[in-house]
Amino acid sequence: MSGLSLDIDYRVQPDFALQLACELPAQGITAVYGASGSGKTTLLDCIAGLRRPESGSSIHYRGEAWQQHNVFIPPWQRATGYVFQDARLFPHLSVKGNLDYAQHRAQGKSSANLQQVTELLELQPLLSRNSATLSAGQQQRVAIARALLNAPRLLLLDEPLANLDHAAAQQCLAYLQRLENELQLPMLYVSHDIEEVSQLADHLILLDQGHLVGQGSLLELCTRLDTRLSHEEQAAAIAQCTITRHDAEFGLTELDLEGQPLLVSHLSQAPGQARRVRIPARDVSVCRARPTDSSILNILPVTLTEIEQTSNARLLLRLSLGSQHLLARITRKSAHQLQLQVGDRLFAQVKSAALLMEATDHV
Amino acid sequence: MPLSNTELDAIYLTLALASVTTVILLLLGTPLAWWLSRRSGSKVAMIEALVAVPLILPPTVLGFYLLILFAPTSGLGQFWYWLTGSQLAFSFSALVIGSVIYSLPFVVQPLQAAFQRIPPGMLQAAATLGATPGDQFRSVVMPLSRRSFVIAGSLGFAHTVGEFGVVLMIGGNIPGETQVLSIALYDSVESLQFAQAHRLAGGLVVFSLALLFCIYRVERHSAWRLRT
Repeated sequence: MSGLSLDIDYRVQPDFALQLACELPAQGITAVYGASGSGKTTLLDCIAGLRRPESGSSIHYRGEAWQQHNVFIPPWQRATGYVFQDARLFPHLSVKGNLDYAQHRAQGKSSANLQQVTELLELQPLLSRNSATLSAGQQQRVAIARALLNAPRLLLLDEPLANLDHAAAQQCLAYLQRLENELQLPMLYVSHDIEEVSQLADHLILLDQGHLVGQGSLLELCTRLDTRLSHEEQAAAIAQCTITRHDAEFGLTELDLEGQPLLVSHLSQAPGQARRVRIPARDVSVCRARPTDSSILNILPVTLTEIEQTSNARLLLRLSLGSQHLLARITRKSAHQLQLQVGDRLFAQVKSAALLMEATDHV
Repeated sequence: MPLSNTELDAIYLTLALASVTTVILLLLGTPLAWWLSRRSGSKVAMIEALVAVPLILPPTVLGFYLLILFAPTSGLGQFWYWLTGSQLAFSFSALVIGSVIYSLPFVVQPLQAAFQRIPPGMLQAAATLGATPGDQFRSVVMPLSRRSFVIAGSLGFAHTVGEFGVVLMIGGNIPGETQVLSIALYDSVESLQFAQAHRLAGGLVVFSLALLFCIYRVERHSAWRLRT
């Protein structure tokens, strides 16, 4: 079964066009990442059928033509769930009414039933409420539930967390991760927040001014120096680790990262479980010799594979550790003093506090 | 003093005319208002002007042109005779046609305004949930503009009850056929029957006030108010 294949040419105004062709997997969470105005929402609208790209464009989902030549399947026949940035609940219906609306119009058997969804999103106390009186976070949860009960084959989410405060956003993220695990529903998740993306996505596409500038697995893309991701203030490497053991005495958990130990604050999961960790570039420094009297616990032997100057004062280093990579942002002066060269074997110092964990910890 | 047969006829005729007119107005006005609310441009402005012109035109002007249009010698008059076997001018049907044109803006304008206030995003959300355009209209647009439908219907009804000039021009003054309340009142005054005139005039004042009061109450107490 093939995934979502897109060949889109859509012109809004003379100064903006969305032009991209790509093949996306129809499983897991694919993040669409880019600055505002890069065409992320327009892309989702085209996939949902709310906007019609120029003739010559084509959209296929699992082998079914949604748009091709003269074929244009209208949005109400595509069975895409769409969670809008502004929720768009129907104000004349209660929360239950909004959910029923979706359920009555479902075109297949929903992989989620009302009870499961209300449980998953903790909507039970809200069901009889007027949808206009909900907080932004509650509205967004109802909007997600509404989309799920419509039996979508593909879920489109347009910055669903943009209007939420941090706590509510973290909660929603946790829900989305549970959804992905429990419902096996492919999702396309639009965001301009790299932390959100790195917590959720498996696959990533990068948009810039209506064009595709990068595509691939999250782990690979975020440490590539030729994409915008690694140049941002919050640039970080995502690394795949396995839990090895818990250190109860100091409240730490030891992870295995390519055969090297990595200590993080205590996690509740059992040893053997796989975890992703996020290591911000600004929290990684390098030294030529392994420091023995440092307060930093995590010191990893790495190989310098790439150096890129990002400003007059600063450099970005790509460090390899087995098959994975780290990023380090250092000053040009330090690099000069250490006489850094590609191929050098170095030690990366990682502040353990800088390790961000996935949202499943909050569930 | 009980109402005379002429008065009862006039009341019945007025209510019948207003009811039939209101039903036709809602059936015609709803799609027209929807069309106008979703488009812009000079063609739309032209049609908006045509719909609104009865608001400012003296009713006698409209009545005059309709009288000419309905005449037995006109194309429409002949077609009508061929279709129904009766004359169009000075008939109840002529009153209905005249009233529909005359009260059209009172129905189309509130509906158009209500439809324009519905965020396009709501319809997009309904579409992605599997609602066809017809379903979107029934399940989202109509409930969200329910208040405006009540107002539009009431205004169309009330304005038809209050019609005088157009009816006089195209309907004449045939008791039981085309003599509506406002004409009966005019008749009473002309023939110096002031007691009868008082009853009719007072009744119309009370009716109009009561209807407007109800409209404003609906407006205040609607469960859902549009946020713009």
